[in-house]
Amino acid sequence: MSIAWYLVVSALIFCIGAGGVLVRRNPLVILLCLELMLNATNLALIAFARMHGNSDGQIFALIIMVVAACEVTVGLGLIVAIFRRRLPIDVDELRELQG
Amino acid sequence: MSTTTWAWLVLLFPLLGATVNGLGYKKLSRGGAGAIGTAAIGLAFVCAVGALISLQGHDAEHRALVSSLWDYAVTGDSGVDAKLSILVDPLSVYMILVVTGVSTLIHLYSVSYMRGDHGYSRYFAYLNFFVFSMLVLVLGGNFLVLIVGWAFVGAASYLLISFWYRRGTATRAGIKAFVINVVGDVGLVLGTFFILRHSGTLDFLGTFRAVEGGAFAGHQGSLTAGCLLLLVGAFAKSAQIPLHTWLPDAMEGPTPVSSLIHAATMVTAGVYLIARMHPLFEQAPAAADTAAIVGCVTLLVAGTIALTMTDIKRVIAYSTMSQIGYMIMAVGAGGYVAGLFHLMTHAFFKALLFMAAGSIIGAMAGGQSLEKMSGFRRAMPFTFGCFVVGGLALSGVPPFSGFFSKDEILAFVGSRGGWFDALYVLGYVGAFLTAVYTFRMIFRAFLGEPCAEAKELEHGHLAHAEVHTNPANGEVEDTDVGFPGPEHTIAERALPMKVAMSLLAFGATFAGLLQIPFVDHVVTNFLEPTFADSKWIEQEPSNGLVTFGLIIGTVIALSGIALAHRIWVAKPGSAAAWQARFKPAYTLFVNKWYFDELIDLVVVRPFAAFGNFSRRTFERVVVEGTLIGGTTSVVRAGSSAVRAIQTGFLRYYAALLLLGGAAVVLYFLIAAS
Repeated sequence: MSIAWYLVVSALIFCIGAGGVLVRRNPLVILLCLELMLNATNLALIAFARMHGNSDGQIFALIIMVVAACEVTVGLGLIVAIFRRRLPIDVDELRELQG
Repeated sequence: MSTTTWAWLVLLFPLLGATVNGLGYKKLSRGGAGAIGTAAIGLAFVCAVGALISLQGHDAEHRALVSSLWDYAVTGDSGVDAKLSILVDPLSVYMILVVTGVSTLIHLYSVSYMRGDHGYSRYFAYLNFFVFSMLVLVLGGNFLVLIVGWAFVGAASYLLISFWYRRGTATRAGIKAFVINVVGDVGLVLGTFFILRHSGTLDFLGTFRAVEGGAFAGHQGSLTAGCLLLLVGAFAKSAQIPLHTWLPDAMEGPTPVSSLIHAATMVTAGVYLIARMHPLFEQAPAAADTAAIVGCVTLLVAGTIALTMTDIKRVIAYSTMSQIGYMIMAVGAGGYVAGLFHLMTHAFFKALLFMAAGSIIGAMAGGQSLEKMSGFRRAMPFTFGCFVVGGLALSGVPPFSGFFSKDEILAFVGSRGGWFDALYVLGYVGAFLTAVYTFRMIFRAFLGEPCAEAKELEHGHLAHAEVHTNPANGEVEDTDVGFPGPEHTIAERALPMKVAMSLLAFGATFAGLLQIPFVDHVVTNFLEPTFADSKWIEQEPSNGLVTFGLIIGTVIALSGIALAHRIWVAKPGSAAAWQARFKPAYTLFVNKWYFDELIDLVVVRPFAAFGNFSRRTFERVVVEGTLIGGTTSVVRAGSSAVRAIQTGFLRYYAALLLLGGAAVVLYFLIAAS
């Protein structure tokens, strides 16, 4: 099977994720969309690893998973903190850091 | 112990005393602070005697010992060799003996005199720090240590003049002294640069060798400029015209401080400097002649001002200026031993006069005006005796010490011939003035009808001020820390003061016997190794000149005393007639020759006007308006432009990020194809 199919699927997932990040206002959903983007990258990396026949890409993918896990931990923690303080769960409302 | 170890110990004890008193001022009792301060200086004196004995054990040719504690900055070829080194030779040992000896007695005096004062430990910490600084100055073995000691004594002098720091007049006097002394410091540092440039070393002995070896051949201008700049330092420290105006104001400090710093030790630093640098000054005769002339002018001007002052401490202050004028004239003319001998005898009798004046001020409950004092002779016999001994020594009446030392200076100056004859004659005019103003002070304070305070004291009651006031301007003060204490002390009722004054009176009377013409030459013989290379060492006044000087000196001193007696005792009230007859001269003298006004006009006002002008034009417009204002407005405009991007919308940032990423990818795609 040609590498192109894998890349097309990867690109599609990435675009869905990116679109979600840009469009959605719920931080939880934004976080999910970010995960989609990361997984699209993983897919591309593993496809390339298969193509070249070595494991560099797979190692990259594993590292990205670790980073993703960390990111989700921090992100979910933030969301819980926002919820506890009864702040709106809406990124457009949370804009106190404007210049 | 080696000679240099003794000298290091001389430095160590005052430093320890200053540290202990300075850090422990809250814990120490009054007696403790005074005892530590006095003991520290006493031990330093003992070590100075040890250094003297040890130094005499060396051959005469090897009596210049250098000891370096560590290298501060030493570079190989570029000529910087800054070391923490001391030079122990007859001159520096002579100086440390005088400094520690007189300081010990003045510390002892202060134990009683300052007893009523709050801030007793602080006083002794400052005083010990001063002695340490002075010893650094005279023991320093290179220009760097000399400059450090020079600046330290200036700082100590500032601290002690402003000791009563809530007195406006005292703090102003301290600032004035400090500023004028810094002018001198600048001169000293610049002079050092001129000399270092061609000698290539900071070390004294190395500099002298370089000068002997012709390092300044073809650079005569540099040497003369360097020596003249050193003289600026010497004049500022030793209160010579035109940098003298701080000394009379420095009398705002406590009386023992005036006695120690502004009479016996610090103000003689200029004399020491010229004597120490004599190989340089002998190669730069223009500078040496300048010193001699300025010294002579100062001794006359100060003598005339002293005739008209009514504040007892200021009379003695102008007298100090005048006597240092003699010393500067002597060392400028090349009579180093004569100048240094007068330095020692002057330290004794002038410290004694200040101590006696302090005792009278105590009896007047803080008052210092001669106008109000009279008739203390019966009430204060001991103080009277000390004052008369000091006065006779100062006037130069045989056989008191000042007679021999002043005579030696004038005989040496006379033996130089040429235009030095003018200085010789003017020196005797100054001697006449000295006798008149000294005995004017004595007759006015001690003879005549007793004033109210003296009468009370005869009945055993020491005057006590109901309301404490500043003697300079009459402002009302309290007696807490920062002002003088509530009680005053007189020598008759305090044993330490009596002991200190008795010993100084002994010195003032008999120190002259060390060096009697035709009889003995103890000081000359002792100092000879230091000045062996001087070209004036062989210069000796002829026997006829010396004999003439001894006779004329006696006659002049006695006739000065007689004149003072005629004006202020035999015909009381005739002083006013004299004032009226010589009105222009009197106005000039009583206004101190208008030196304060002159300096104000020539230096202070132009600089203040220039400062105001530049503040209005340059500071406001260029610095504040353009530089600072311009920078802030540029930054402000830039940041407000950039701030518009920071909307706070998370999704907006994400879109920017994506667009940026996409742009980068696109660039690489295009670049790759």
